[in-house]
Amino acid sequence: MSAFFSILGIGLIATGVGFLALAALGLWRLPDLLSRLHVLTKADTAGLSLIALGAACLTGTRAEILPLMLCVLLIAISGATVGQLIARSVTPRGGRS
Amino acid sequence: MILDVFSLAALLATLAALPRLVFGPSAEDRIIAAQLAGTGTVATLILLGVASGTPALYDVALVFAALAAVAGLAFVALRGGRT
Repeated sequence: MSAFFSILGIGLIATGVGFLALAALGLWRLPDLLSRLHVLTKADTAGLSLIALGAACLTGTRAEILPLMLCVLLIAISGATVGQLIARSVTPRGGRS
Repeated sequence: MILDVFSLAALLATLAALPRLVFGPSAEDRIIAAQLAGTGTVATLILLGVASGTPALYDVALVFAALAAVAGLAFVALRGGRT
């Protein structure tokens, strides 16, 4: 069971690091602001969530899992909110189509 | 150890956003690059905490997550854009 969680944690962390690298690549290569915002708000949150889930699989106790869950919650809420607000502030007519 | 390699890869992904942070054409490009840098820092600290077996680094990552949450909201609020 411990070996299973170890392998699962390594796999989740590898996937999350892949998502983070994809977000950085998209931020570097995509042409305009809205597509950069699009790739950032999804891949960023997915990458950090997968990394924290893998770290929770690799570390044991509940007292260590609680800060990881709080990190993911804060980053998910703030990432989605900031993406929405920035997209609304650069769209004509205030984003109301 | 493979976790050290993963934390190095997360650090490189964080550093890859820095050209956009410096040379970004507009202020919004810079703030989303700063947001990716904040998330990458949190991920790097979590991976370092796993790799070195020190769970105190998770609390440091939590502080960075709180600061990154404030930064983007302060940018949008202080810029005085349309609501």
